[in-house]
Amino acid sequence: MTATSEGPAPEAPLVEHHVLEYPGGYTRSLGPALSAFFTGLRDGRLVGARTADGRVVVPPAEHDPRTAAPLGEWVEVGPAGTVTAWTWVANPKPGKHHLSGPFGFALVRPDGADTALVGVVDAGVPEVMSVGMRVAPRWARVRTGTIHDLEAWVPLADGAAPAPAPPNEAPEVGEEPVTRIVCPIRLEYEINAGIAPSRYLRGLAQRRIIGQRARDSDHVYVPPRGSDPMTGAPTEIEVEVGQTGTVTTFCITNIAGLSELAPPIPYVTAQVLLDGAATPWFGLVTGCDPTEVRMGMRVRAVWSEQAAPDARTLVGFEPTGEPDAPYEHWKDYA
Amino acid sequence: MGAVRTAVIGVGQTKHTAARHDVTMAGLVREAVLEALEDAGLDFADIDAVVVGKAPDTFEGVVMPELALADALGAVGKPLLRVHTAGSVGGSTAIVAAKHVMAGVADRVLVVAFEKQSESNATWGLTIPMPFTPPLVAGAGGYFAPLIRAYIRRSGAPSHIGHLVAVKDRLNALRNPKAHLHLPDITLEQVAESLLLWEPLRYLDTCPSSDGAMALVLASERAARSAPGPAAWVHGTAMRSEPTMFARRDQVNPQAGRDCAAAVYRQAGIGDPRRDLDCAEVYVPFSWYEPMWLENLGFCAPGEGWRLTEAGVTGFDGEIPWNPSGGVLSSNPIGASGLIRFGEAAQQVRGRAGGYQVPIRRGRALGHAYGGGSQFFAMWVVGAEPPA
Amino acid sequence: MRRVGIVSFAQLTSPRERRRNEVELVIPVVQEAVRASGIPKAEIGFTCSGSCDYLAGGPFSFVAGLDAVGAWPPIPESHVEADAAWALYEAWLVIRSGEADSALVYGFGKPSLGDVDEILGLQADPYTVAPLWPSATDLAAMAASAAIAAGVVDERQMAEAAAAARRAGLANPHAVVGEDVTAEELLARPVTRPPLRDADVAPVTDGSAAVVLAAEDLARRVCDRPVWITGIAHRIDTPSPGARDLTDVASARSAAAAAGVGDAPVDVAELSARHSHEVVLLRRALGVGSGTVVNPSGGALVADPVMSTGLIRIGEAAAAVRAGDAGRAVAHAASGPALQQNLVCVLEAD
Repeated sequence: MTATSEGPAPEAPLVEHHVLEYPGGYTRSLGPALSAFFTGLRDGRLVGARTADGRVVVPPAEHDPRTAAPLGEWVEVGPAGTVTAWTWVANPKPGKHHLSGPFGFALVRPDGADTALVGVVDAGVPEVMSVGMRVAPRWARVRTGTIHDLEAWVPLADGAAPAPAPPNEAPEVGEEPVTRIVCPIRLEYEINAGIAPSRYLRGLAQRRIIGQRARDSDHVYVPPRGSDPMTGAPTEIEVEVGQTGTVTTFCITNIAGLSELAPPIPYVTAQVLLDGAATPWFGLVTGCDPTEVRMGMRVRAVWSEQAAPDARTLVGFEPTGEPDAPYEHWKDYA
Repeated sequence: MGAVRTAVIGVGQTKHTAARHDVTMAGLVREAVLEALEDAGLDFADIDAVVVGKAPDTFEGVVMPELALADALGAVGKPLLRVHTAGSVGGSTAIVAAKHVMAGVADRVLVVAFEKQSESNATWGLTIPMPFTPPLVAGAGGYFAPLIRAYIRRSGAPSHIGHLVAVKDRLNALRNPKAHLHLPDITLEQVAESLLLWEPLRYLDTCPSSDGAMALVLASERAARSAPGPAAWVHGTAMRSEPTMFARRDQVNPQAGRDCAAAVYRQAGIGDPRRDLDCAEVYVPFSWYEPMWLENLGFCAPGEGWRLTEAGVTGFDGEIPWNPSGGVLSSNPIGASGLIRFGEAAQQVRGRAGGYQVPIRRGRALGHAYGGGSQFFAMWVVGAEPPA
Repeated sequence: MRRVGIVSFAQLTSPRERRRNEVELVIPVVQEAVRASGIPKAEIGFTCSGSCDYLAGGPFSFVAGLDAVGAWPPIPESHVEADAAWALYEAWLVIRSGEADSALVYGFGKPSLGDVDEILGLQADPYTVAPLWPSATDLAAMAASAAIAAGVVDERQMAEAAAAARRAGLANPHAVVGEDVTAEELLARPVTRPPLRDADVAPVTDGSAAVVLAAEDLARRVCDRPVWITGIAHRIDTPSPGARDLTDVASARSAAAAAGVGDAPVDVAELSARHSHEVVLLRRALGVGSGTVVNPSGGALVADPVMSTGLIRIGEAAAAVRAGDAGRAVAHAASGPALQQNLVCVLEAD
């Protein structure tokens, strides 16, 4: 049983910002239990479900957590409740946490319920929070059937009665049940290219195409990922490959809008076997009419104006005008 | 095979459709699960372990959604395992479940695979641009269409072969009430005139995007003997993977697919799949993949697949029907599509395929799934009788 | 059914490894585990990995990981979207079923790319909880408050667990924190995520790990002291934190019973407790008493290479048995908010 570690790299890897977000947010259809719950929130009520053994679970589960049986009897609970667990968020995240100031997260068991739901508590300071504290909903004035219709739980003085939900000020709120919610999920990353791809990308900035191979192999991989995929051996030897290659296969795309980077339709994407490389490069073929592209066509690199260490610096390939490469030379690669 | 003989004793699936606006993810999987449990004559309490498969979590925007589904799957207090092997995942999920039985750790395993693609959008989900990675500017079809072109070049197949599959599988789907697409008037001309998306692929050559779920109950021999309905016995299972790209990789007829088929045939004692199987449910998301996989799976020599398709060998009344259920071309909840193939193969040998039942003479059927850049393969052979 | 043994283990966890991409993280541990196993790579019968797409910010992150394995000719291979301890469980099933005699298991993750605390919060219910954006630590901190309020855990016990971990971290080359500190000193530090202090929360780090398993005959041939998996089981609880008893870990308790933890004394336990109160809860749930050395490596509280943390617990526990430091050891892995899902593995030498 041994440990593995290696020395530091001489060069920092490239890092680029990345946003993972489905445009417009995920659309979540609700089904009967959650429809009852979100419709209740819109109407200023907390709704739970009664299980076969008489317990009340909130949010209303579709299926009994103990028996997996379907549930179908909805009951109003609360609105006041008791905190059964809590923590504190000192620095809310704009665009995610909907309260702008520090707040508590809590499990709140509404009166009449046997389970607790996750909620936010607008308590000002954490010293106010405790397990056992009494809280009541502060309802949003404009309620549209989202989790934020219950804007926050707020501390409730002993013996005080919770305030009823104010009239809903949302325009055009009907009696129809809420059947769908939209959940925006935006995650931000600083993606690290890794050691081998960083070398390749820095080569592109110099208009060079740099692949790598493992010590015991003459297979040059472009772009390199760090290993010879056939053996798993690290690719420690750098090899600059040619800027010309052969189209091994391709397709003409006639559908628009597949990528922000896609040119106007019709356009050609191809596998291009670079001279000296073991695997095809995949991307655009430009500089000729799409109908002129052929398997075996000889092509050369097209560079963007930018000299950046970025995959998009190598825009694609265009015909060289040389005679086509014979099928036998590249058929193993298509 | 393993020490414990294993069988499918329950199968259930949703009606596949573009968007299920009336259910949660839990509600969707429950429909399939309850149908499978009823088929097996079991309740949640009878299940020892649950295995869940689906494609990337980014489709629904839930990290490891099986965790949130534990109540709905009746998994609380039990083992729940999540498999993710790209497009082959539905098949891998069934195989991982079978290993629970074969290893002697569970008598009855619930297998579930699903996708609720309408929560987002499949094209987005499959081609999220990543920094430093050359963008897949032409979408998933743009990845596979060049491989189809390479196949046509190699085999000399005429251009209408894909359209034959597109029509055949959609006509098969008319026999299957659970299929997503029902296109009763489809013709070769209609396919040939549909929008050209990725030459040579046209709109009707490609699979739909579906919401749907599939569930199986797998059982040990002991448990299968007390099941109320017929069993589909597992005669062989295999998974094979190879890297996305390497020197001289045959992307059209991948070695991993050939090796996987050879392994599963060896286990099941199948010499010639065309003669020894009654039908095959094979992952064909683009029409041309039928002739390509006919060759990859050893139903014919390389270069001959299109001739079988053209001659109607894979037709519903053909010598070896492929995708009598309508296949992926008719229903494609991505993460479930492989399990649907595995489950439909089981339904055929159980004699439970209803309107798309094919004659069972040899007693065995193939279920197949693949994924990634044609690099992950999962297959099983199921039979009407227990393996020898 | 035949026994399955652990014959090698390698791990890589260090902040400076941030420069590596996923493939580059996996290469050294796979190479080292395979080399140390004594089994030629071409003869390894099954490969299974564990990872999480959301850590990498896009789908199919495990596909590139395969490049590090050298999957040619094609290999029997599978992947779980979970900590690689669950990949080890799958591999254990495959060997038990007789399909393979050996297996390579690996896990990897680069939490440094994004906000892993936020990402793992998205394991919570997508309808009523995730839209409020509680982080994984928020959910765990709430569970800690419930346990403290119920009197089953106190802040001193938590500080003692955190201090013990940090002291152990000094001797663990893979730890990202190590500190000669006492519980009193930790208690004097500020509470940052009530009721948790910074030292109560695991430091996430990029990392990877690999283990090679072998069936009994093969394990004896290649290894002078194979460590046997004599019990392994995993269980899951309800996803609704408000419907769970947060003062106990029911699924860990039942997994431990199924794995046979209580059948004999336990010398060493390696627990995937990412928060110090979880050390206390898990000790109780697993039935691990004062005679057991808990987390001699420091555990997750000194290095949390997400998606490998559980597999590393198994590797560390196996290393303790192999070195003769323990005759019988228990390893634990966890997944989901506030210990929703738990895996328990019992390891013994001959």
